[in-house]
Amino acid sequence: MLLFVLAGLVLYTVLAGADFGAGLWQLLSGPGPHGRAIRDHAHHAMAPVWEANHVWLIFVLTITWTAFPVVFGSLASTLTIPLSLAGLGIIFRGLAYALQSATDVPRERRVIDTIFAISSALTPFMLGAAVGAIASGRVPVGNAAGDLVSSWINPTSILIGCLAVAVGAFLAAVYLAADAARLGDAALQRAFRTRALATGVLTGALAVAGLVGVHHDARHIYDGLTSGYGLAAVIVSACAGIGTLVLVSISRFQLARLSAALAVAAIVAGWAAAQRPRVLPGLTLHQAAAGRATLIAVIVAVVVGGLILAPSLGLLFRLVLAGGFDPAAAHTQAPPAGGSVSHRSRGRYARVAVVCAVAGVVLLTLLDGAPAHAVGVVVLLAAAALTFAAVSPDELA
Amino acid sequence: MLSRAAVALGLSPVQQDYLLQARQMQSLSFMVHIPLVCFGIAFPAMILFIEWRYLRTGDEVYKTLARRWTKVLVTLFAAGVVTGTILSFEMGLLWPDFTSTFGSVFGLGFAIEGFSFFLEAIFIGIYVYGWDRLSPRAHFLVGVPIAIAGVLGSFMVISVNGWMNHPQGFRLENGQVTDVHPVRALFGNPYFWHELVHMYLAGFMVTGFLVAGAYAIGKLRGRWDRYHRIALAVPLTAAAVAAPLQVLVGDWAARVVATDQPIKLAALEGLGPTTRGAPEHLLGWYTDGRVQYGIEIPRLLSLLAFHNPNATVTGLDTVPAGDIPPVNVVRIAFQLMVGIGTLLALLSVIFLFVRWRRGRLPGTLWFYRALALAGPAAVVALIAGWVTTEVGRQPWVVYRVMRTNEAVTSASGIPVSYAVLALTYLVLIAAVAWALRHLAIKPLPAPSPSDVTPVG
Ligand code: HDD
Ligand code: HEM
Ligand code: HEM
Repeated sequence: MLLFVLAGLVLYTVLAGADFGAGLWQLLSGPGPHGRAIRDHAHHAMAPVWEANHVWLIFVLTITWTAFPVVFGSLASTLTIPLSLAGLGIIFRGLAYALQSATDVPRERRVIDTIFAISSALTPFMLGAAVGAIASGRVPVGNAAGDLVSSWINPTSILIGCLAVAVGAFLAAVYLAADAARLGDAALQRAFRTRALATGVLTGALAVAGLVGVHHDARHIYDGLTSGYGLAAVIVSACAGIGTLVLVSISRFQLARLSAALAVAAIVAGWAAAQRPRVLPGLTLHQAAAGRATLIAVIVAVVVGGLILAPSLGLLFRLVLAGGFDPAAAHTQAPPAGGSVSHRSRGRYARVAVVCAVAGVVLLTLLDGAPAHAVGVVVLLAAAALTFAAVSPDELA
Repeated sequence: MLSRAAVALGLSPVQQDYLLQARQMQSLSFMVHIPLVCFGIAFPAMILFIEWRYLRTGDEVYKTLARRWTKVLVTLFAAGVVTGTILSFEMGLLWPDFTSTFGSVFGLGFAIEGFSFFLEAIFIGIYVYGWDRLSPRAHFLVGVPIAIAGVLGSFMVISVNGWMNHPQGFRLENGQVTDVHPVRALFGNPYFWHELVHMYLAGFMVTGFLVAGAYAIGKLRGRWDRYHRIALAVPLTAAAVAAPLQVLVGDWAARVVATDQPIKLAALEGLGPTTRGAPEHLLGWYTDGRVQYGIEIPRLLSLLAFHNPNATVTGLDTVPAGDIPPVNVVRIAFQLMVGIGTLLALLSVIFLFVRWRRGRLPGTLWFYRALALAGPAAVVALIAGWVTTEVGRQPWVVYRVMRTNEAVTSASGIPVSYAVLALTYLVLIAAVAWALRHLAIKPLPAPSPSDVTPVG
């Protein structure tokens, strides 16, 4: 169960992190046509996928409150400020996406881009700060039992918040460089390559600073990260990070994409390993878990859902990564002409609809009992559909 | 699983001076989210119908229309996503004790809902950016999961709401839930189906009347070629077949409320003492245990609620004063919904009648003026309906199990977040309106440059 939450967290960090980073690069793109090109590139690359990336967060939230309800209640009440601010950031990001498609006026676009960029920094920082609060054991069990302010304004929280922002910027730069390479835009590719290298180094430095920080502030996390699974994850992350820098500098962006994601995923896994077995102070995972029936139901839901989702997600990312949505890929192809609804059948639809409606009223309104009502509703809905067909609104026009 | 006795947050009133503000925050968020959601329920189906006509006829008018509607859908979907995310946050930010006590019972619904959002988000991405890049057939098929996911999503949320109104599938021991059966709690619930069908029809009414109303305003201003006529007739028909049914389903809902939540029914009707052969009151104001200045129709309430003019209807005096919901709020909301619902059903019947006898759209301008008002009216009915359901359940969050003041957060600063949230929603609504206006005034012939490049 925890694995699902973790997998969701990892995917959210790796996918939506890049999304936030792309927003940041819009802010730091500089003026003039070059800046515009950077902003447009970042927007085009992310617009088709941002909603799907965002849903991982919803996934983590809902699974947490179903499977670990007490943890969720305690976290949300103590960390009310950072979570509210993260929510605010999410509103404005979604808003910016909604608006970007509506206007081409440069002045309006600039305002929208700025809102977008600021909220893209705010949200990951606040979520990172919330993680820092958990890691440093500042969220006790209970309804707002922890300190509302110092729980998330402390060295660990601030470091992890900054780390979250930097990670996003790094991931985004690598992904966008890869996209630019696919589009064959050398200037953009250079721009994002430089950015990827710079933020890669910065992220690494922050990660090291983070280790020093938790050494002072959250000793058990430090111990966890320097032994056992935690240590393994840290090593994997470091190697993948350095590997990414090498791959980026020799312009092998497709591979760099994967190794960058791996480096970041390993950080999250390392934190989880170090946190074990306690989620909150005095509360272990086992104690926090919901009852058996719930866990089983959720696992079934996740597995079935996953079976449907995996191919769909695959389709989306294949289209995006293979450039299926690039401006150049357009191909128009009209369907054959002809074919209109038979006029004779309309009268028949209308007659059946009336019969269904009368039967529905008798079953739903006059009779009592669940079976009669169930049939009544179905018959009434059928009447509605048939009436729609009988009206044939498009031919009416 | 080990004993959770030590870790539960417990069922007891929480120290929170701003409970009212917390409740208002919740209702504000719903009032913004739910109208947007109606478009998620009904709009994909309408767009798909138009696209299907395009596939059948090859007529470019349909394609232009479907593409332009898709842009509207994307804008509203983005707004729906962010407001929905705020609601998910509020489950914890405002009601941590509700979620931590009962998360294991109702959470499954939201977990499955999450999957349906996933499907929706994925396929909306493909659908929107796939115009001209997929074959017309494939593109149409990509749209189908969007329509299904919109319905599945509301199915799940409403199952949770049905459970809150009629809790089952668990036992309570010392403030702990045990013996949890989430599947039975959510989907084996007798209080669920009327809400689902009623909400589903409401989705079609709100979307249909709002969209048709926009083109009705266009007609009043003289925009009336074939494109506009199709764009008016399709959503209008969808809404018009839903509206008469909504009255029947609403009556069904009221009968379920009468048996399962008698106090809510008494509040809807302003019935103070328990009465045999209870009358129905139209309009009026509830004070001192009865409705004043209303129009009284003898025995009608008993007849409607129990199909028997002499049936006994439970009154508000059967519970302590502290357990009575705010009667006038609930009652006015209910009458507003019923009144609007009746008028909209009438408008729909006029349209269907003209179509049947004359074989054309109504000619009189009054019809189009009424249609322009029908959209906002449907939204009012929608919100009034939710006020009826939610405020009518007060003071309970989980009916007869958990009170709202036991669910609320004890964190301070609610007024601040309330103010910030209200401001944010104002910005959100203004921005969405601005974006829709931009989309609406774009000149008609579709393939403008921004239609071809994937800016959305
Ligand atoms: C377009 C919207 C709309 C319209 C025209 C109507 N309703 Fe409604 N009503 C809703 C939209 C709605 C809703 C917002 O969708 C609610 C809130 C909860 C629910 O399940 O549906 C609702 C709830 C609701 C409830 C409470 C159910 C509960 O607490 O479980 C009753 C008794 C009715 N309705 C009855 C009616 C009647 C008799 C109507 C007829 C004229 C009517 N409604 C028209
Ligand atoms: C899951 C489906 C839910 C739906 C569809 C729903 C719907 C609504 C709506 C539309 C309102 C506005 C009513 C008004 O104007 O006052 C409302 C209010 C409210 N809801 Fe719910 N709700 C749901 C879940 C919840 C949850 C999880 C809680 C919290 C524990 C909750 C508690 C409340 C409260 C306290 C109010 C304010 C009532 C008042 O103003 O008196 N609801 N709800
Ligand atoms: C406590 C109540 C609610 C919560 C926590 C909630 C949560 C959410 C979330 C998180 C989203 C965004 C999903 C995404 O990222 O794609 C969303 C969208 C949606 N919600 Fe809600 N919601 C609530 C109430 C409702 C109600 C009352 C309905 C309908 C009856 C509803 C139906 C939908 C639908 C259909 C969408 C799809 C988005 C769209 O098409 O605009 N939700 N909701």
